Amino acid sequence: MSLRVLVGCKRVIDYAVKIRVRPDKMGVVTDGVKHSMNPFDEIAIEEAVRLKEKKIAKEVIAVSCGPTQAQETIRTALAMGADRGIHVEIPAKEMEKLEPLHVSKILAKLAEKEGAELLIVGKQAIDDDSNATAQMTAALLEWPQATFASKIEKTDGTLLVVREVDGGLETIKVKLPAVVSADLRLNEPRYATLPNIMKAKKKKIVKMKPADLGVDTTAHFEVVEVCDPPSREAGIKVEDVDALVSKLKEAGRI
Amino acid sequence: MMLNKQLMKAVLGHTCNGRVIVGNSRPHIRLSRCLNTTNQDSSTSAQVKEVSDNEPTQQSIVRKPKRPPFIKNLFLGRFDKEMLTYPEVLDKDRHELLHEMIVPIERFFEEQVDGEKIDKEAKIPPETLQGLKDLGLYGQQIPEEYGGLGLGATEYARIAEITAIDGSIAVTLAAHQAIGLKGILIAGTNEQKEKYLPQLACGEWTAAFCLTEPSSGSDAASIQTRATLSEDGTTWLLNGSKIWISNGGYADLMTVFAKTPEVLPSGEVREKVTAFIVERGFGGVSSGTPEDKMGIRGSNTCEVYFDNTPVPAENVLGEVGGGFKVAMNILNSGRFSMGSSGAGILKKIMGWALEHAVTRKQFGHHLSEFAMIKEKFARMSVAIYAMESMAYLTAGMIDGQEEADCSVEAAIVKVFSSEAAWHWGSECLQILGGLGYMKSYPFERYLRDARILLIFEGTNEILRLFIALSGLQHAGNEMKGMIQKLRNPLMNPGFILGKGIERIRQHKDNPKLDLNLSDSLHPSLKAAGDILEYCVKRFQYSVETVLARHGREVADPKNQLELARLANCAMDIFAMTAVLSRASRAYCIGVRNSSHEVQLAMTFCDEASARIKTMVKDIENGPFISNDSTYAKIADTVIEHGGYAAEHPLTRVFW
Repeated sequence: MSLRVLVGCKRVIDYAVKIRVRPDKMGVVTDGVKHSMNPFDEIAIEEAVRLKEKKIAKEVIAVSCGPTQAQETIRTALAMGADRGIHVEIPAKEMEKLEPLHVSKILAKLAEKEGAELLIVGKQAIDDDSNATAQMTAALLEWPQATFASKIEKTDGTLLVVREVDGGLETIKVKLPAVVSADLRLNEPRYATLPNIMKAKKKKIVKMKPADLGVDTTAHFEVVEVCDPPSREAGIKVEDVDALVSKLKEAGRI
Repeated sequence: MMLNKQLMKAVLGHTCNGRVIVGNSRPHIRLSRCLNTTNQDSSTSAQVKEVSDNEPTQQSIVRKPKRPPFIKNLFLGRFDKEMLTYPEVLDKDRHELLHEMIVPIERFFEEQVDGEKIDKEAKIPPETLQGLKDLGLYGQQIPEEYGGLGLGATEYARIAEITAIDGSIAVTLAAHQAIGLKGILIAGTNEQKEKYLPQLACGEWTAAFCLTEPSSGSDAASIQTRATLSEDGTTWLLNGSKIWISNGGYADLMTVFAKTPEVLPSGEVREKVTAFIVERGFGGVSSGTPEDKMGIRGSNTCEVYFDNTPVPAENVLGEVGGGFKVAMNILNSGRFSMGSSGAGILKKIMGWALEHAVTRKQFGHHLSEFAMIKEKFARMSVAIYAMESMAYLTAGMIDGQEEADCSVEAAIVKVFSSEAAWHWGSECLQILGGLGYMKSYPFERYLRDARILLIFEGTNEILRLFIALSGLQHAGNEMKGMIQKLRNPLMNPGFILGKGIERIRQHKDNPKLDLNLSDSLHPSLKAAGDILEYCVKRFQYSVETVLARHGREVADPKNQLELARLANCAMDIFAMTAVLSRASRAYCIGVRNSSHEVQLAMTFCDEASARIKTMVKDIENGPFISNDSTYAKIADTVIEHGGYAAEHPLTRVFW
């Protein structure tokens, strides 16, 4: 039984970049800043490609929502081994207000449209840290979900997934079709080799708009302000425990 | 009139134009063949694409323009204004592809390359080498049909900025493809290409370039390795030893240069150089122990011995007796990338030095507030700007012109960039002070790695002679008539009178500016454009002066200092052209920080013209007023004495 796998990947500011808040305090500076694929999504793509290499999957489709530059992200996925790509075009301005719910609706529609039996996404994006898309998509599709996956094994019509949770590791069995979100230790993504990047040029990327999938991207939230976290203040040294207690009382902490 | 033929020939390599023929310098021509459709990752086994019978080979032959050699014509006072239009050779597809490729390469070098360890253990770990091969970095310029990436000079130069992060890796890669296998790309037959390129492209085989011998470094024509043809004419027997061969300890394929006898019709036997493709597997090939070096310690450098190595006749590369030309073409074609690799390293270490300067405080100020430190960063930026501009201008010439003759330009890039990398690497170390000197910081390693740049691929001294002599030879032919008249003023009064006015103006350092170079630049660069024109005119004048003064003896060893001055002027003029061309384009198309670029360009021109002014004055004054002849006398005394010749300051002669 060979699966068709849909993988969501997001273009985010590169993890190594020092983020700066925009002067208008409504977001961060993205102009001229290095962007790359969300690290957790890389892990998701890698897992899907490995499933294909193990012959568990028959096709890997990479999906990305965003402006024109999102195609760079899809091409990276293709260079890593995905077979084809879908670019859901969302202009940069709208992208700032796009929410996990919108993305989930889009992914759910695409999963149905493409006949996917497995949807893998990264557990969260490193820009908004929502950690919601996988869960919402599963709910919309009424599919079981296996989030924070650190190991995936296929057994007949089900997946055996080891999840990394606060208490340790939890192993669950989910029936297919299912939604999985990738965690850090699931795998180590491969480098896209230069010959593969060249081959990826020939793979197809289909473009569409959210409206084509019947998804409304009106924002439900409004960003009020974006600011730097307060800078760390210096600490104070105290002579003894009594001084410590009185200082804490002064600060209203006890 | 004596002509130091040997030196001229050795430096110039060949008596005709120094063409740079690069195997795949034709980005528009892509042979589209049926792809091997297995979707697996590129494994390390050689993949050769199969030709489908049904699919016609698509070749879009875009005729590229042919342009005259830029620097060589400068010796005649001819300036090709096309150079002031900065090249844009990559179309959208190739541009995107290149920038997609950069991402995994940068990541690999950031995550998988431990430069400190490579330097300490004097070894590149096999996993790292395999990673480079898997990435496809071993076949960058090999055509796609042989399993390579088919990249042009511009893309190669861009990738070199990244691979330069580790000197040992950069040299290993360059020794393999920029020189080791380049001969096959440039001069190989189709059979040779089909036989060897696929396994070289994926790194299954590594290549090396074997020219240097214990008694033949700069004087490459004097090599003593010999090859003799068997009676039946099928096999050459190779005998000799080579030293300092990069990848020499384990290379599977070597481009070896040896002397072969040539029987002239008169019955006289002459020895000429022939290039051979030699497989280690042919037998009789052995390597010495790896050299313990100052820098690039992870790069394998050793002696290679050939003891009656049988080489099949079909492995001759190019023509029998034509090996020297092959060698020079190979070396000429790879040189320019030193500009981008040097710039790549400097940008990186400059960033680190800057981080230090803005955090470290002394005397209540950050280091970055002190003018002396600011000056270093400023000058460094100007130098890097020049290096990059020249490298990509040269790459643009190679990619954008039909059989570009840019051997002189490539040499200029190499000399300028190697000296800048060494000097500014040292200054970055200086900014860190004591910390820069410690092995726990990478600066000393970069400096040690950079030192070789001034030596290999043609020492900077030889290249300066090459630049000057190539230009003089090019100019000399055309100017022959004029120079004769200049040297014989009494017999040519009419000519002298006409030329006289021009020369009077030059004597007063006030040449007529009639090239209108600033017309080809953005108006904000007008002043710099005029400075460039002034320099071009002064340079032409100094060329005439040198030729008139020495005639055919110009290549004599004792006149090298004058030649070096000409070369330095040519270098500065090429750099000025490159920076103005680039800054003008940047400003016109509105890239970010373009006004900063304009500032860098104008500063460079300002300083370069000051240098040129001095050098031309020295040339004008001649060896007796400048210190050339004095230096020669001092050197002779020292040589006679066998060392420093002044008596010790404490010497007493009487009490």
